[in-house]
Amino acid sequence: MTTPSLDAHLQVERTGFSLDLALTAGAGEVIALLGPNGAGKTTALRALAGLLPLTAGHLRLDGKALEDPAAGLHTPAEERPVGVVFQDYLLFPHLSALDNVGFGLRCQGRSKKESRAEALPWLARMGLEEHSAKRPGKLSGGQAQRVALARALAVGPRLLLLDEPLAALDARTRLDVRSQLRRHLAEFDAVAVLVTHDPLDAMVLADRLVVIEDGRVVQAGTPAEIARRPRTDYIARLVGLNLYQGVADGRRVKLASGAELTVADELTGPAFVAFPPAAVTLHRGRPDSSARNVWELTVAGLDLHGDQVRADLTGALPLAADLTPAAAAELDLSTGASVWATVKAAQTHAYPA
Amino acid sequence: MRLIDTAPVRAKRGSRIPLALLLPALLGLVFLVLPLAGLLIRAPWSAMPSELSSPAVWDALRLSLICATSATGVSLVLGVPLAWLLARTEFPGRRVIRALVTLPLVLPPVVGGVALLLALGRNGIVGRWLDSAFGITLPFTTTGVVIAEAFVAMPFLVISVEGALRAADPRYEEAAATLGASRLTAFRRVTLPMIAPGVGAGAVLAWARALGEFGATITFAGNFPGKTQTMPLAVYLAMETDPDTAIALSLVLLAVSIAVLVGLRDRWMSTP
Repeated sequence: MTTPSLDAHLQVERTGFSLDLALTAGAGEVIALLGPNGAGKTTALRALAGLLPLTAGHLRLDGKALEDPAAGLHTPAEERPVGVVFQDYLLFPHLSALDNVGFGLRCQGRSKKESRAEALPWLARMGLEEHSAKRPGKLSGGQAQRVALARALAVGPRLLLLDEPLAALDARTRLDVRSQLRRHLAEFDAVAVLVTHDPLDAMVLADRLVVIEDGRVVQAGTPAEIARRPRTDYIARLVGLNLYQGVADGRRVKLASGAELTVADELTGPAFVAFPPAAVTLHRGRPDSSARNVWELTVAGLDLHGDQVRADLTGALPLAADLTPAAAAELDLSTGASVWATVKAAQTHAYPA
Repeated sequence: MRLIDTAPVRAKRGSRIPLALLLPALLGLVFLVLPLAGLLIRAPWSAMPSELSSPAVWDALRLSLICATSATGVSLVLGVPLAWLLARTEFPGRRVIRALVTLPLVLPPVVGGVALLLALGRNGIVGRWLDSAFGITLPFTTTGVVIAEAFVAMPFLVISVEGALRAADPRYEEAAATLGASRLTAFRRVTLPMIAPGVGAGAVLAWARALGEFGATITFAGNFPGKTQTMPLAVYLAMETDPDTAIALSLVLLAVSIAVLVGLRDRWMSTP
């Protein structure tokens, strides 16, 4: 990446909430802002779109300053080369699908006829040519999503923003639309930023994830990096890993709670340890196995997770364990029961904090 | 879904409506319908053709329709932007201004007429200046009728349009902005079409109010046949001298009102 296409430092102060997010991206890159509800994802998106003024920081796109509160510069939304796909699409209900897509072109001064002629190929790319005369109310959720995408792309934005693009769809449509969206985003030559709380959407659609919590970046990287080395409980839960933070000394990591973990990687200083719930083995009595990590824990809850039983354990350390329903029955697991849990050092992954 | 499906519940309950509600309800209905029935029963039907053939009647009706429609036009041009300002912007004193806008709704129209005279009359605070600088005189002219009617009718439109604007999702305007629409374009091309039913309902209300305007009109514009004498003034005047003519004129107004209501009901004022 030479000079970044998008160079933003978004700072927004509001009562009870502050956002401080640095974001850079090269042309053609797809960034996913991932975070729990209330983390500031939508605020960031609105700030990028120009719908919410920055308190401080800056926003530059393709080398051109769009916003710089220190210099008193705020380019209004309608003058930014930014396209937005809203969560519930906000297609204009009184216009046909074709005129929705042509709306931005008309705002650029094209005649009705010209805008329609230019909008039609966009609908065709989305496979919606035969629906061009329909009003949004007559479109299915998946079709409306594609019309919204076509409408945002038709004006040739240099930054495309997508707010929870798949959240309003049912599970079946979602799968279909996700793969199409992935294709359209891959073809898009400028920067795309999408906001989601669904890790699967983020990992499928984005080249790079930026995880935010409480208005701050807690982790950024490729989907693979983040899935392998989560740095907060939120991400660990999203990617389905047990995660602990402690201080490493060789192959032992001491946690704040006093519990110790033996790991395969050798390192010193503050460290994270992560391992999947499937790496945990449960026993009714004290095991004689070679595993170095052995704890006696209490079952806090059980629920079905796909075809596995997920046991939530508490005690010296909180732990999630996956086992087959048969194994769960054999162990006679129930809430409040006492079990021994073992984890082989070789199945853990330790990395510096 | 069960909550919405009220039809069977309603049918079941219909059999035992409490008398304490039914009686006043029926009385209220009679109270509203009886005067209209009286008008129809006592109408001099045989004399109607001759009553209505007088050119004075048609002059008054024509003037009424022109003035009410012009007043509605003025209300639309000024009232819709005013409603937008009240619904979509924040400024100090917005609540006070909103109260001022709705004041003509509750103000006795005669008081409105007096107020208009004091403001736009020949010696009024603005009227004096209009007279001396441009030679424009508003009171006791047809334009004065339009002004008096607009003064009384515009609040109905503003309230109706403001309600529609508040109910419309402002994020559509944001969506339009991200597509390059200025605030004015977004209003014109997105918001206005979306609130059209509210604007239509407001315009009908304003038009009906303007058509029936009496107090402010007679105070500010006077009662000159062919110039400022609208139907309501003609009815009132005829009542003193020739009741049959008054009834005939009233029937014409009633017919016009019903025609408007029927013509627009399906489009704008349909309620479940």
